Amino acid sequence: MKQGQFEQLYQPLWHVMELEIIELEKPDGRLKGNELASFASRYRRLCHFHALAKDRHYSSHLVDKLGDLVVRGHQQLYRRKQPFMQQFTSFIVAGFPRLVREQQRYIWWATALLYVPGLLMFLAILWQPDLVYTVTAPEQVSSFESMYDPENRTLGSARESDTNVQMFGFYISNNISVAFRTFASGIVFGVGSIFFLIYNGLLMGAVAGHLTNAEFTQTFFSFVVGHGSFELTAICIAGAAGLKLGYALLAPGNLTRKESLKRASLVAIQLVYGVIIMLVIAAFIEAFWSSNNILMPWQKYLVGGFLWALVIGYLVFSGRSLRGEGGEG
Amino acid sequence: MLLDTRQSLETPEGALLPLTPAGFGVRVLAQLLDILIRYGIVTVIFIVLSLLGRMGTGIALILAFLLEWFYPVYFEVSRQGRTPGKKWMGIRVVNDDGTPITFGPSLLRNLLRFVDFLPMLYLTGIIASLCNRQFKRLGDLAAGSMVIYEAPPTREPSFEVRGQLPVPADFSTDEQRALLAFAERSKYLSAERQSELATILLPVIGSKDPVIAIKQMANTMVGKQ
Repeated sequence: MKQGQFEQLYQPLWHVMELEIIELEKPDGRLKGNELASFASRYRRLCHFHALAKDRHYSSHLVDKLGDLVVRGHQQLYRRKQPFMQQFTSFIVAGFPRLVREQQRYIWWATALLYVPGLLMFLAILWQPDLVYTVTAPEQVSSFESMYDPENRTLGSARESDTNVQMFGFYISNNISVAFRTFASGIVFGVGSIFFLIYNGLLMGAVAGHLTNAEFTQTFFSFVVGHGSFELTAICIAGAAGLKLGYALLAPGNLTRKESLKRASLVAIQLVYGVIIMLVIAAFIEAFWSSNNILMPWQKYLVGGFLWALVIGYLVFSGRSLRGEGGEG
Repeated sequence: MLLDTRQSLETPEGALLPLTPAGFGVRVLAQLLDILIRYGIVTVIFIVLSLLGRMGTGIALILAFLLEWFYPVYFEVSRQGRTPGKKWMGIRVVNDDGTPITFGPSLLRNLLRFVDFLPMLYLTGIIASLCNRQFKRLGDLAAGSMVIYEAPPTREPSFEVRGQLPVPADFSTDEQRALLAFAERSKYLSAERQSELATILLPVIGSKDPVIAIKQMANTMVGKQ
């Protein structure tokens, strides 16, 4: 068949197809009834025309035009749309804690990398107070001192609600960005995640140690105990997700490194979803609860303890089924 | 034989999807445009919301955070893989099996943008993209995504010549394709360049005006009058 004949015969068909694809490509475009039902079969015919045109060496203009329609039709046919809310709820209730238990090897490593250096730094500073300047600049140290000085009541009751909103915004943008970086840099064979975990641990230990030396323990620990539950756990999980990427590159097993990285990433990104949610909660607690000075310290310790139990209990128990399958991690 | 970067992907229908991966040059330009747009919006947000005092600053910080990390994700997922910058440059993101990009891979590749940027100006990403045939940066490798060119809209070619001439029987398929391609591309070539190219075939075709002869042969192949 000559190209001209071919075009004349089938042009109407692929013209209809093109209009449908253009409709589907609109942000809220959709097809109705019959058109939708026969889209797949018409798409297969389009593929057939494209293959024929190529095989018969028709002009590249025609082949390219059909090829373009095939690519765009493919995009529309294989588009995935799922009910967002339902997925979201089931992820929070079961999916995320299950995933954390499944990946607990990485979680434990990340936890150790954050807390062990932190604890060592804390003890070291109790013994040698000047060591605090090895990880932070003197200006930063004095700003921490003034923040938690019991004499200095800037932190708390005097603070108005609009300041709380401002701090909420700051915590969201700062903490989640830190978590994202901790995760992303794990792709460099895990080195980045390890660095960020250890560095944050050291910083945390240094500040805690220094403020203990300065005898601001009450203000400091009652401030951090509440949101720490969500925040520190989320950082550990973000680091664990990064370590998973790095490990997939270092020890790909029977897969190629590329394939191994791809599979690990699909799991790791789901951990990151959970991290985002946890950090939003943490920022909320930090801005509106932790900073409130009207509350007595014992109230804060009580609620803080409850929050820690909640986070750990959630990650350990949520999503286990009664008969025990699917949940054992 | 094609000396280009085009890749073919086989779909479940057995069709071969022709995809052309986009290199870092055009992607850097698209990213620059996106950065300009984003910073423009952030500046406006801070100016307007700072009128609301500290509460405004808080909201502005959240919005700036969302724009920094989720601006590309939002557009890639809801606008067929095109951020405004990419749309401008005529490129888009797809999964590397040719299907539209979904939320997970899109978030992944945009979070890993942080590493691709290191140590400065996307050096890691550029080096990574030069090491594989789909020009994938690290984020694309992990997410299983790739950036491709949109096919430009094509217009019906006209050979501007009527009449037909038989194609010499000993022309191979590739040689016939070359004649056809010449006829199709002729409107992008000056008359002088056309005749310069066509004259190469003079000994084979043996016609007085090889340009017209080739176009008439193309007419024969396509089946036009």
